[in-house]
Amino acid sequence: MADELAPRSDDFGLAKADQSKAPITNHESASFSKQLIGFWVTFKTMFKKVNTVQYPEVKEPTAERFHGRHQLNRHPDGLEKCIGCELCAWACPADAIYVEGADNKEGAQFSPGERYGKVYQINYLRCIFCGLCIEACPTRALTMTNEYELADSTRGKLIFEKDDLLGPLRAGMVPPPHPMYPNTDDGNYYRGEVTESHPSQGIAKND
Amino acid sequence: MSNAELIGQDPGWVIALKGLFIFAACVFLTIMSVWAERRIVARMQQRSGPNRVGKFGLLQALVDGVKLALKEDLIPKAADRIVFVLAPVISTTACFMSFAVIPLTGEVNFFGHRTVMQLTDISVGVLYVLAIASVGVYGIVLAGWSSGSTYPLLGGLRSSAQVISYEVAMGLSLVAVFIYAGSMSTSEIVAAQDKWWYAVILFPSFIIYTISMVGETNRAPFDLAEAEGELVGGFHTEYSSLKFALFFLSEYVNIIAVSALATTLFLGGYHALPGLGFTEQWLGGWFTLAWFFIKVLGFFFVFVWLRGTLPRLRYDQFMKFGWKVLIPFSLAWIMVVSTLRVMSQQQAPRVMIIAFIFSVAFIYIAITSLIDRQKVNLAKAAKVTNSSEPNFPVPTIPTTRAEQLNG
Repeated sequence: MADELAPRSDDFGLAKADQSKAPITNHESASFSKQLIGFWVTFKTMFKKVNTVQYPEVKEPTAERFHGRHQLNRHPDGLEKCIGCELCAWACPADAIYVEGADNKEGAQFSPGERYGKVYQINYLRCIFCGLCIEACPTRALTMTNEYELADSTRGKLIFEKDDLLGPLRAGMVPPPHPMYPNTDDGNYYRGEVTESHPSQGIAKND
Repeated sequence: MSNAELIGQDPGWVIALKGLFIFAACVFLTIMSVWAERRIVARMQQRSGPNRVGKFGLLQALVDGVKLALKEDLIPKAADRIVFVLAPVISTTACFMSFAVIPLTGEVNFFGHRTVMQLTDISVGVLYVLAIASVGVYGIVLAGWSSGSTYPLLGGLRSSAQVISYEVAMGLSLVAVFIYAGSMSTSEIVAAQDKWWYAVILFPSFIIYTISMVGETNRAPFDLAEAEGELVGGFHTEYSSLKFALFFLSEYVNIIAVSALATTLFLGGYHALPGLGFTEQWLGGWFTLAWFFIKVLGFFFVFVWLRGTLPRLRYDQFMKFGWKVLIPFSLAWIMVVSTLRVMSQQQAPRVMIIAFIFSVAFIYIAITSLIDRQKVNLAKAAKVTNSSEPNFPVPTIPTTRAEQLNG
C-alpha cells in the first residue's frame, strides 16, 4: 500500500513506456497449431475436479473480512455501544441507514454516556456493503458479520430494525436498560476498563 | 436383398411403428443431449452442471420442458400472427423429417418381420435431406421476420445468409461422396463403405462437411443467428412458452440429424468399427443401432466441444471463411476427386495416377507458399505504416509530475 501511494521517482514510469513495444497485438491470428491448444485445454479441464460448491447443503466459510450483515455490538456488561451519533448514516453513500438518537435516563441506561440509538434501521435493499459506516463509527458499535444469506420475499422484511441488528447477550451481560458500572463514566467504557457486569446493575444472563 | 427391397415389403403397421420409433428416439435423444451438453460444457469450465433434478440431473431437460410449457405464451402486437405461429412448426417438422432416410440399423428382426430401421429408401436420399434442411431454415427466417422486431429480424437475416453460404459448401462436400459411392441413396452409400470409410479416403470432404454442418445448425462458433451477446436471442427473442420449446427442440434434433447424416456418409453408418464386424450380428442385428448412435454421439460431443472452446466468429470473418475458403477449396477438391475417379475407372496406369497426385500436391504447395509470401509482404508493409507516431492529433504526453497534476 505504502509504496503505491508514494510518488515514483521516474514520474510514473512514462519515460520507460514505449508504445511501439506494447505487448498487445491483436492484428495477426495465432497459428493453427496454437489455436488447437485451446481444444486440449477444454478437454483436459473435463477431468479436473470441479470448483462448484453444492451451496445449500455445503457452505464454505467466507473470507475472514467478508462484508456481510451488520451487527450492533455491546459492552461487556450488556450496554449498547451505539450512541446514536448518526455518523454511520451520514457516511452511507447509499442512504441505507436511518438512526434516531435519544437521551439516556440516569439509572436506566441503554448505552454509557448521554445518548443512545433509539431507532436504528438498515435497509438491505439499498446497502452496498461498502463498509464506510463501519469506518465512520466512533465507538466500534457497528461492525459487519460474515453472514450473507439476506434474501427475503418482501421489501419490508429487508429493512432490519435495531432488534435484528443487535448482537446477542452473552453470558455475564445484563439486558439494558440498567445503570452504568458503579463509579465509572463513559470514558472508562471506551478505554475497555469495564470488563464485566456488576451485581448492582441487575441480574446477569448466565449460560 | 437391398435395403430398398426390404423396405418395400414392409406392411403398414411396421412403417407406422418405425415412424413412431424414430420420432420417440429423436425426442429422447434431444432431451438427453440437452442434459449431456450442459453437463459436458460445465465440466469443460470446471463446473458440475445441472445435478439437482433426478440422479445426476438427468431429468433437468424434462423439467425445463414442463416449465416452458407452463409459461405464458406471448404473441407480440406487431407480429404477423399466422407466420409467427407457423415458423416453429416448420422448423420442428423439417428437422424430424430428415431422419426418414437415415438407415439406423442393418437387417433386423422387427417383431418377426425382417426389415431395416429406415423409414424409406429413396434413390436421392441425401438430396432429400439437404432439401429438408433448407426448408427448416425457413422456420428461422420466418420467425425472425414475423416477430416484428429488430433483433429477431437481424437474426433471421443472418441465418438466411449463413445457410446460403454454408449449404453450398455442404452440398459440394457431398459431391465427392456421390462420385465414389455412385449413388445418392443413403443405404447404398453405407454399403459402399464396407471396406474404407469415406472419412478416410475423402478426408477433405469430411472436414468441409463437419465445418459446414456446424454452420448449418446455427451452433457455436457459428451461432450468429442467435448470438445472445449481440441480438438478445436472435430469431427467437420474441418467442416464449411452447413455441420457444419447439425451436429449442428443433435445434437439438437438427444437431442429431446432421450428425446422423455425417455418420451415414462418412463413418460407415451403422457398421461396426473396423475389426469389430462380428458385433453386427449381436442381438439379431440390433447391435448395429448401438454402433450408429455411438458415432452420432461422437459427433455430438464434437459439437459441444466446439461450443466449449471457440468464441463466436465475427459476421464478416464467418462469411469470408465460407465463401473464400470452404467453397473454393471444395471445388478444387471435387475436381481432383473426379479426375482420380475417372482415371481409376478407365484403368489408367498407376504411374499416371501417382504423377497426378504429385502434381496436385505441388500446385497446392506452390499456391499456399505464394499466399504466405504475400501475407508476409503485407505484414511488412503494415509494419512500416504502423510507426510509433499516430497520424491523427493526440494531446502531448506530460513529462513531469507537476505537469501531470496541474493538467
